[in-house]
Amino acid sequence: MYFGLSEDQIFFQGNVSKFLEDQASLDIIRSITEGDSLKLQGEIHSGLVNLGLGALLIPEEFGGLGLDLLFATAVSQSLGGGVAPIAFTGSYVMAPLAIIFGGSQRQKEKYLTQMSNNSIRIGVGFSQYIGARDNSTIEINNNKISGRSLFVLDAKEASHLMLSDANGVVGLVSTNSSGVEIVELTAVDKTRSYSEVTLNNVDIDVLEQTMSSKDAINKAVDGGRIILAADSIGASQRLIDKAVAYSKERKQFGRVIGSFQAVKHMCAEMASDLEPCYALVWHAAYCFNNSPDEARLMACHAKSHVSEISKMIAKKATEVHGGMGFTDLMGLHYWFKRIGVNRHILGAPELVREEAANIQNF
Amino acid sequence: MDLNYGAEYEDFRKEVRKFCKEWKGVNFKDSAKIPMTQAFKATGVTISRSEWQSTLIEKGYFARSVPKEYGGFGGDSDIIKNRIIASEFSNANIPAAMGGQGIDMLVPTLLELGTEEQKKRYIKPTLHGEMIWCQGYSEPSAGSDLASLQTKGELINDSWVINGQKIWTSTAQYSQMMFCLVRTEPDAQKHAGISYLLVPMDTPGLEIRPLVDMTLKAGFNEVFFTDVTIPKENIIGKRGEGWAVANATLGHERGSLTDPNATVNRVNFLIDRMKEERLDGTRLIDMPVYRDKLISIQAKVMAFQSNSLRVLSSKLNQGQDTKIAGMIQKLVGTELRHELEGFAVDIMGEVGTLYEDSPHLRDSGSWQFLYMYYLGLIIGGGTSQIQKNIISERGLGMPREPKAQGV
Repeated sequence: MYFGLSEDQIFFQGNVSKFLEDQASLDIIRSITEGDSLKLQGEIHSGLVNLGLGALLIPEEFGGLGLDLLFATAVSQSLGGGVAPIAFTGSYVMAPLAIIFGGSQRQKEKYLTQMSNNSIRIGVGFSQYIGARDNSTIEINNNKISGRSLFVLDAKEASHLMLSDANGVVGLVSTNSSGVEIVELTAVDKTRSYSEVTLNNVDIDVLEQTMSSKDAINKAVDGGRIILAADSIGASQRLIDKAVAYSKERKQFGRVIGSFQAVKHMCAEMASDLEPCYALVWHAAYCFNNSPDEARLMACHAKSHVSEISKMIAKKATEVHGGMGFTDLMGLHYWFKRIGVNRHILGAPELVREEAANIQNF
Repeated sequence: MDLNYGAEYEDFRKEVRKFCKEWKGVNFKDSAKIPMTQAFKATGVTISRSEWQSTLIEKGYFARSVPKEYGGFGGDSDIIKNRIIASEFSNANIPAAMGGQGIDMLVPTLLELGTEEQKKRYIKPTLHGEMIWCQGYSEPSAGSDLASLQTKGELINDSWVINGQKIWTSTAQYSQMMFCLVRTEPDAQKHAGISYLLVPMDTPGLEIRPLVDMTLKAGFNEVFFTDVTIPKENIIGKRGEGWAVANATLGHERGSLTDPNATVNRVNFLIDRMKEERLDGTRLIDMPVYRDKLISIQAKVMAFQSNSLRVLSSKLNQGQDTKIAGMIQKLVGTELRHELEGFAVDIMGEVGTLYEDSPHLRDSGSWQFLYMYYLGLIIGGGTSQIQKNIISERGLGMPREPKAQGV
């Protein structure tokens, strides 16, 4: 019995963290989010893909690394910790999962092979299935798709879009097809992209299994939720580390503020709230791979619980920094905003908890 | 990550399950005299508590790793088997082996630091439920700052003569023995002046006064010492080493205050209750606000349970770093349980406030009782605030509180 990340996972995770430390400093993140460094963002993306991030979950027979979701979870913690400006959850987790679980042999060969050699990139829009806002609807009929999908993940640099209708039918369209219009949305988190996609009678390659079963979209959503939770854990841990370090330096009333119990207890609360989140999220990833009966419920718990905890940490860690925490100079807001958006993507906590109740037939 | 225990352990689980089936409904003829005994529905055989202890020791379901010569099972220490036993007993609603401060705290301390003679004399009757212990640590002026305790022990004519007062002494009224901290070196620095003494409760000069707590059960006592005289050899460790000895046992207590299996069973019981309980004809589980809160508590319980699996894993696998995961268990476990029990009271509304033997009482009043009881556990064994000091100082490396002037 071993509960935790393996040596390989910790090693890989360390490599990703190291890469981000070296290549994606806060100054670089800042210039990327201000839209000034598209080239740098491309280089960071290439660097991470070279480390294997794009092919992590793709089976070896299609040229991927054939690793499991716990591996991706470990990596996601590092990406959140470094507020990495990379499309991971949609392009490299949900898209391959949907194809692995929902694609025909032809579709797997076609897409997974191209994904593993990085010749295609896929944005993912499942809002219709999770919960549609602003009266957006998607219709998929006779291999054509029409309608509008909001908050499509990772569409900005994508060659393809993976979209679903309200029933969980999933298919892929090429972003070059006529009738596809992509408008970027401006969310508070600018380290990743969120788009509105409008489609007018566009050719769609529907993943075969998704016509009759929701298994594939559920797997993709469960996986995406676990990965987002892990991203928020990474971001939260970085905020706690920053708050603790700052509290040991900053002096008021002739003492470092970290010697005041009010501050110490805030830090202890953050640490003791976050620590069980690691175990919950790893456990959820383990169930995703090994225990299908519990997998959906665990993914819901991971997503909703970590969202609540990380929201609280984003607030408290900022408060520990006092006025400086509120400034752009300190840059804590990049983590605050990352956590804020992770919370809502693929279902805000209340929606996910209702789903968790339904899964248990309550 | 591998959560399988393996075939050997699955066989062991089957064996335990069979045992639980055989003993379903067992109850005790001497419950009233034994502290902390949970009431179980008496549908099976009636035996004495010490017979139950002996049965469990014989099977290796209790005191597994305590050597046979001291009255234990004499097997290897096996955390996974302990865990299987705890979870199967809890699932089958079979009474676990007795706990209490003698078994959970004194026995491990004796095994680690006691003399051969002390081990032979005390461990066996303690494990068999024949010798019950209470813990004499806290004093009216020494609570969170335990090391400032003032109860005095003087060595006079080869005997310890003890004067002073202890408080919050659970189970003193049932106990034959007390292990206590006493200031024996008045000139030494605070922590270095304390010894760990063993006091028979029938010694003349020792007076017990019950201290009724908010649950209206006399869970605690005050214990007064007036020239209480005990033999010189009733000491664990050397003179002035009592603080280190006590820290060994406090570690055992913090681990034992929170059982994730019990919390999981409790949340499942809560779900059953919410499916049955109705307000204006609507099941509570169908009411959106209650439903939402239930799931958020369930998620916290799952996180707590997963965390404890991680801590378990770190005991099995050398080098796995779970420092903070282990440190937070007392804080998180007791606060979570208090929240869970309090939520159950809340959703039942006025009915949730019923107590003792009231008409309309639900589940023997256990929700309200445990809601209050867990407030006691949040405070006892190092308050939540003390836990936060420990986590911030030892876990996060934050500075200690500056010493107050003149102390």
